[in-house]
Amino acid sequence: MSEFYHSVTLNSESCKGCNNCMKRCPTEAIRVRNGKAHIITERCIDCGECIRVCPNHAKQAVSDPLSRISDFPYSVALPAPAFFGQFKNLDSLDQVLTALKQIGFQDVFEVSRSAETVSRYTEQLMKSDRLNRPVISSACPAVTRLIRVRFPNLCRNVLPLLPPVEIAARMARREAVQKSGLNPEQIGIFFISPCPAKATYIHMPLGTEKSEIDGVLSINDVYLEIVGIISRIEHPEPLSQSSRIGVGWAGSGGEASVLPSDNYLAADGIENVIKVLSEIEDDKLDTLDFIELDACCGGCVGGVLTVENPYVAKSRIQKLLKTLPSSRQQHRDEVPSSALWTVPLEYVPVMKLHDDVATAMKMMKQIEDLVQEMPGLDCGSCGAPACRAFSEDVVRGLASRGDCIFKRREQVQRLVEELSSLENYLPPPFRKPEDEDGAEKED
Amino acid sequence: MNEVLLLHYEIRGGDFIHAGESSGHVKNILKRLGFHPNLIRRTAIAMYEGEINMVIHAGGGTADVKITPEQIEIRLADHGPGIKNLDLAMREGYSTASDSVRELGFGAGMGLPNMKKYADDLKIRTAVGKGTTVSILTKVSRNQG
Repeated sequence: MSEFYHSVTLNSESCKGCNNCMKRCPTEAIRVRNGKAHIITERCIDCGECIRVCPNHAKQAVSDPLSRISDFPYSVALPAPAFFGQFKNLDSLDQVLTALKQIGFQDVFEVSRSAETVSRYTEQLMKSDRLNRPVISSACPAVTRLIRVRFPNLCRNVLPLLPPVEIAARMARREAVQKSGLNPEQIGIFFISPCPAKATYIHMPLGTEKSEIDGVLSINDVYLEIVGIISRIEHPEPLSQSSRIGVGWAGSGGEASVLPSDNYLAADGIENVIKVLSEIEDDKLDTLDFIELDACCGGCVGGVLTVENPYVAKSRIQKLLKTLPSSRQQHRDEVPSSALWTVPLEYVPVMKLHDDVATAMKMMKQIEDLVQEMPGLDCGSCGAPACRAFSEDVVRGLASRGDCIFKRREQVQRLVEELSSLENYLPPPFRKPEDEDGAEKED
Repeated sequence: MNEVLLLHYEIRGGDFIHAGESSGHVKNILKRLGFHPNLIRRTAIAMYEGEINMVIHAGGGTADVKITPEQIEIRLADHGPGIKNLDLAMREGYSTASDSVRELGFGAGMGLPNMKKYADDLKIRTAVGKGTTVSILTKVSRNQG
């Protein structure tokens, strides 16, 4: 597998080469070349913003088809908490879980169940002084990747706990082995994901060498499979083992608000996340204990693979929470080492200009000079998201100065002036006394 | 030959909303140049404090940044009221900021102490009624090894 796997990809046929995605990308990872958007793979954090804004639906997230579950004799569905917010008039989570079993899964394991576990572990870890404050949640993989490429100083603030979905996968496999008597590798663990960042996670996990998840299905694909079935289920199986704490993770603030400390902040939407991270970096939020950051507006209910508007989904989740016990798990005295990261989060300086500082400085000087010359409209016609990014591309050798249509226009204007002065030029025998001024002047 | 990168910023007085833009810009440039994350942090915070000071107390000023592969020098110059008692100003928690400024969340008296904490060398020249020049130096060598 290549060094960077991405679940966000481009369907070239649908791409019209407009600059919507390029302008929106939080890591300036998109360029338009030859009429198509291109993703600079090492910069992409799979947040899915480009999928959200593409008017031509050319940006897609790669996920597995439902048919893949039959590759295993025993498949377990791991629905994300946000999944439950997609359905109208739901009385209980059991309806959704029963429907999942009807479309071919042998069993279900709610990610909200392990989300409660992660809440307990976090609570326990926060009691110790081992963590750097403010502690930043590691649950949103897009945010964790963003920190890794843009906020080197904050890598050590990220909570070194595996995300709920990974812990769910491990618990689900163990349970399935017990129930079925099969070998662990005969069990297929399928996450029903709200976003591409989590789909990427299984190929390039954070905090661990290998993910236990075998496949990722998108919420919108599975939604279509079960939405018709749900209303016909009269006696749902009592399958749910979730609590309010766990299902609350579906929306922004769900993770942070259940921690004992009120001294927290929850931000959602990638631009807000970047602002908060900059403030943490400048020591401006050093009095806070915990920071929950979700790349999508509204939290996971706002993921680009969901069906429903995030606010509608959140409202439905609120209603469902009332049907659930407030918690199902005891406080934990200890956090098992299996839940902790075994691979530390390390800065990946993808924005660095050059390995040699002196060379990087030379390049930066050229960039700063070029930025001054640029029109500053950030129009995107050059195929780069802003004049500064374009200047950087030019200095890196990835674009040429004349790709700026305004620079090009200046060239044309100069050419026109030159032409008109040539046109007006009269050799001395043809000049009249009053035309003397019009004669071409030597430079 | 030693490579030098010079940056210049005009900082507007009283503009609390945009205060910190210059130090933010320097921070991003340092990341692009590949300096050690800790050096970037120390430099950015020290400069931010200086920038805020000029916004609060001096009606703005200028910031000149000189980057070399070995160190970063930041010179913040203003024509503000100057610092009457520099020893007091260096103390944590001491501030002459007005109540209205404090209401905005500034003026905690940590500006100069923080600068001293994060800089490898800090020089302050000040004259009452004429202005203040703060020179902050951060060195790459402190973050090596």
